[in-house]
Amino acid sequence: MTTTDYDPNVVLSTENDFKVVGTRPVRHDGVDKVTGRAIYGADYDASGLLHGKILRSPHAHAKIISIDTSKAEALDGVHAVVTAADFPEAADKIMELGEDETKLRDLRGNILARDKVLYVGHAIAGIAATNAHVAEEALSLIEVEFEVLPSVMTTDEAMADGAPILHEDQTTEELGDDSGVVSNVAKHFQHIKGDIAEGFKQADVIVEREYNTVTVHQGYIAPHNGTAFWSADGRLHIWCETQGSFVVRDSLADLLDMPVSMIRVTPTEIGGGFGGKIPIYVEPVAALLSKKTGTPVKIVMTRKETFEGSGPTPGSKIKIKVGATKEGKITAAHAWMAMEAGAYAGSPVGAAAQCVFAAYDLENGLIDGFDVVVNKPKTAAYRAPGSPNAAFGFEQALNELAEKLGMDPIDLRLKNVATEGTRRVDGPVFQRIGAKEVLESMREHAHYLSEKQEGSGRGVAIGFWFNIGFDSACNIALNKDGTVNLTEGSTDVGGSRTSIAMQAAEVLGISAEDVRPSVVDTDTIGFTAVTGGSRTTFATGWAAYEAAQDVKKQCITRAASIWDVDPDHLQMEDGIISSKTDSELKMTIKELAAQLSDTGGGITGRASVKPRGVGGSFCGNIVDLSIDQETGKITIDRFTAIQDAGKALHPSYVEGQMQGGSVQGIGWELNEEYFMSDEGKMNNTSLLDYRMPTALDLPMIDTVIVEVANPGHPFGVRGIGEANIVPPTPAIANAVYDSCGSRITQLPMSPGSILEALKS
Amino acid sequence: MALVFIPSQMQPLTKGQARVEVEGTNVKQIIENLDSLHPGFVDRVLDEGNIKPSISIAVDGDIITMGLIEKVSPNSEVHFLPAISGGN
Repeated sequence: MTTTDYDPNVVLSTENDFKVVGTRPVRHDGVDKVTGRAIYGADYDASGLLHGKILRSPHAHAKIISIDTSKAEALDGVHAVVTAADFPEAADKIMELGEDETKLRDLRGNILARDKVLYVGHAIAGIAATNAHVAEEALSLIEVEFEVLPSVMTTDEAMADGAPILHEDQTTEELGDDSGVVSNVAKHFQHIKGDIAEGFKQADVIVEREYNTVTVHQGYIAPHNGTAFWSADGRLHIWCETQGSFVVRDSLADLLDMPVSMIRVTPTEIGGGFGGKIPIYVEPVAALLSKKTGTPVKIVMTRKETFEGSGPTPGSKIKIKVGATKEGKITAAHAWMAMEAGAYAGSPVGAAAQCVFAAYDLENGLIDGFDVVVNKPKTAAYRAPGSPNAAFGFEQALNELAEKLGMDPIDLRLKNVATEGTRRVDGPVFQRIGAKEVLESMREHAHYLSEKQEGSGRGVAIGFWFNIGFDSACNIALNKDGTVNLTEGSTDVGGSRTSIAMQAAEVLGISAEDVRPSVVDTDTIGFTAVTGGSRTTFATGWAAYEAAQDVKKQCITRAASIWDVDPDHLQMEDGIISSKTDSELKMTIKELAAQLSDTGGGITGRASVKPRGVGGSFCGNIVDLSIDQETGKITIDRFTAIQDAGKALHPSYVEGQMQGGSVQGIGWELNEEYFMSDEGKMNNTSLLDYRMPTALDLPMIDTVIVEVANPGHPFGVRGIGEANIVPPTPAIANAVYDSCGSRITQLPMSPGSILEALKS
Repeated sequence: MALVFIPSQMQPLTKGQARVEVEGTNVKQIIENLDSLHPGFVDRVLDEGNIKPSISIAVDGDIITMGLIEKVSPNSEVHFLPAISGGN
């Protein structure tokens, strides 16, 4: 696009031969949500409902010597108290949580601490009482004797010689090999491509720096919640806000040593997740309390508990070294990345390694990754987990390299850009990708071509998320009026009901409004993995496509029966079934639907899929900002996000995701952090003190959707939920440097740190 | 034969070879045949007959979805990767 006209939302489309795909229908759940009728987890109520509360650790690291719950149990209104001792004993095993994996022992220990507490906020005991106030009072009556231990709060501290050890039985794993060394480093891995030493020898210019990021939270508006009812027949029913109802079911089955068939999970509407609502926290505690009381028990975290007791994204240390010839060809790059896993192993450093160099075709590359446990809450996924940390380092280093070479930073990137056939440093070869198209759109965008305002700085960066596939299921039933009921199991975090419904509508030749999508419970649909990894529109959309094809096939067969012709002689296009040989034979799907009952009964299509062909997505940012020289406050003056969506099924949703990811990236860059005390306690546990950006802090986030169709999806779809959070942190950092001449390598770039930089 | 890329941390098993050509029509055969050529791979990659949770395997650029029965063609590339955590 080359234009000087301002257009806040642009779609650069390569494929428009669709009737429904690419349009912008009103979302199916919109009315319920804007009128307040939608039921979220905390809204759930039931006859005899008890309210649960959880006792949490005041210490970052301590042995639990004893727990005495007798006084709490004696309090009037208290119905039950549970601790880790109430979990059934079960052998340790690896649990798959969709796109995450953890040890059963670790998951159980995180939900209710057994022998040790490993962070401030670590759950110790649960109480069910007639109301939340009684439950809170009872918490204060539980007596826990601790032996406080020294703690480690950063990767530096945790990796130091002689560091306090969180898990005495944890040894460093080296890609399937146990090093046998007891350590806070749970995992070390390495990717090598080419000859890194030789590559740096060929470089005319080398940039080498260290970058640090801090713990930040996803900041979803609805705290974690869950209600459990353990029925007299032994069946357990859970209602909760989750990104994966089957993850909740399967995790509970392992934790409680129950068959999955005895557990039903009903996902309510979800007040945000961004990855943070994949793990479970309160559901098992509510289940144990319900088992003891025989009544439903609801637990809703406070905001403070959500910050302290659920999973944020990690702080990290990133060391980058990159070299290039004077012509701008990168000859070698090395990324050394250590990420905080929190109290139990499992940081996103592996994902970061797949992203850090992904946009570039490097002959020589080396990536070292370290998964490090520290005395903070166990980290959880957060929108492209690990990738923003990695990009904060490498994308800054590239701008520094461009400056040394006297090159335009986008030209430097384009000179080295990855395209179809590029082998990544971590091994696999890219299929069709849109990194080049995104960078070209950035370079030609009116924002980039415009003159900067006096005193302002401009920065650019690009980011990547690989996306995932995994299991999805979908059922579609044809109603007698020609509409269809679509049931699926993917929690709708960002409008996926509609994006999935649109794919079925496209196949059936009906409108999106004629599809009634429902997210149903685990008893009602086939196994469906988490809403995460930007997989839902891709994979559950695949399932809807296949289920709709099943309906289409059955419609043709039924019409053939009605007309007494060979089904091979019929076709169905745009919702009309017709004969290929007889122009008189024609009927709409609505006309057919009206005859179903009299011609053999209903039609239901179904599909369970686990698709390959996932297409990764690249997103680039152009940022203009100004700095108040007295206060150090950064004002974002203009922000443009450009992303490859494959095919934008619903452009408004894509634009919304791009804007949402950008805003979260801006918050991560400018303000958000866990302010930790020396004792490992978070000091800013409210949204007043944990400073996320509001609409008043931001300009319009302009968007450009670039469509480079994914050949692995029938409509060319790529997941677009995550790549957009990756480039804001380095793009803003690059703009700050452009504005003030200081290269700031520590997040967040709060006014205080900017003032320090200005002074230097 | 499929081309198996050996990560640096596994290259002690192949005496430094970064790529090994291996016969096999599925992932299980590839691992077993690789182990025959360079002993130690079965123990390194499998645990009680299953792929270790800490390891992902990619065939032709895609993380496999069918486990050890995932098909491998003579022109395939096979990669051993660290399993990832996290996601949106």
